[in-house]
Amino acid sequence: MHELAVTESILNIALKHAQQAGASRVTDLHLVIGRLSSIIDDSIQFYWDMISENTICQGARLHFQRVPAQMLCLNCGHTFTLESELTPCPTCKSAQVKVTSGEQFYLDSIEIEKP
Amino acid sequence: MSSTSPTHSTPQRVPVIEKILSANDQVAALNRALLDEHRVLAINLMASPGAGKTSFILATIQALAGRARIGVVEGDTAPVTIDADKVIAAGMPAVQINTGGDCHLDAVMLRDGLHQLPLDDLDLLVIENVGNLVCPAAFDLGAHLSVLIASVPEGDDKPYKYPAIYRGVDVLIINKIDLLPYVRFNMDYFRQGVEMLNPGLVTFPVSCSSGEGLAGWIAWLEGKLKAKRDGEPA
Repeated sequence: MHELAVTESILNIALKHAQQAGASRVTDLHLVIGRLSSIIDDSIQFYWDMISENTICQGARLHFQRVPAQMLCLNCGHTFTLESELTPCPTCKSAQVKVTSGEQFYLDSIEIEKP
Repeated sequence: MSSTSPTHSTPQRVPVIEKILSANDQVAALNRALLDEHRVLAINLMASPGAGKTSFILATIQALAGRARIGVVEGDTAPVTIDADKVIAAGMPAVQINTGGDCHLDAVMLRDGLHQLPLDDLDLLVIENVGNLVCPAAFDLGAHLSVLIASVPEGDDKPYKYPAIYRGVDVLIINKIDLLPYVRFNMDYFRQGVEMLNPGLVTFPVSCSSGEGLAGWIAWLEGKLKAKRDGEPA
């Protein structure tokens, strides 16, 4: 729902790093998004096409690397991936679990062309 | 990538590794520093619409009357001052931030609100975020504590459906417990979801209409206020 604000941030970060690297064009952006951060790829792509117009990022492709949520059971030590919704440990059924991954939300790298 | 024109060099990969909301987080850090300077404890209060955020704020103001000076920032998506008016009627300074339809407050919006409040005359600032369980979770405002209100009529499945907001909060208020006899709400199932996402989360089941449970929250909050006055981190 807040994808416009998020997309603007992505553009600002990409432009900053592209300029620092002396790029004439940005061709690709690689985003890493954990399953627990509520972001919808399609909405970002939609806003991206609009707001990147007339910048050196225009036409750049967005690549989303989705990271699944990883859980660690504090009772039996079993680690498991959340497939759909939040569940107790599939091995021992304990609810004493800890999220160890899945909240990533960053721009990993960009691909640029130089003049 | 095979379409590289002869006038361009080979595409080059530039590592970035920057959090997407880092700009917001930087402003949030400045907000926190400003609040610290004035020794104001700030709470980011989040909930779905209708969970009882404003009633909870009013109950907190009433309980702390004469013991703490409280300011309120009201985040609203539309220019209606219903919530802010209630706070001002309770005798406390309130600033309304109209997000212009945005689904959340961000750190820049709060910064503008902070500049309109008499921070030197406040002990506690309550920021009523926009009613929403998704977006506010992503935006750090610079508050010291994040408080989530879940209310019984919303249903017991909310931690399972909105994990992000349950992950990031410091306190959970379960409001409208007076309705438990009338609503299908499995407290064990609800609390199991919370426990998986945020083990040991400080939780206060309350009813803002009957007043049940509020004393525990107020005592906890007064401890935090005292620590802030004494200059300890929240």
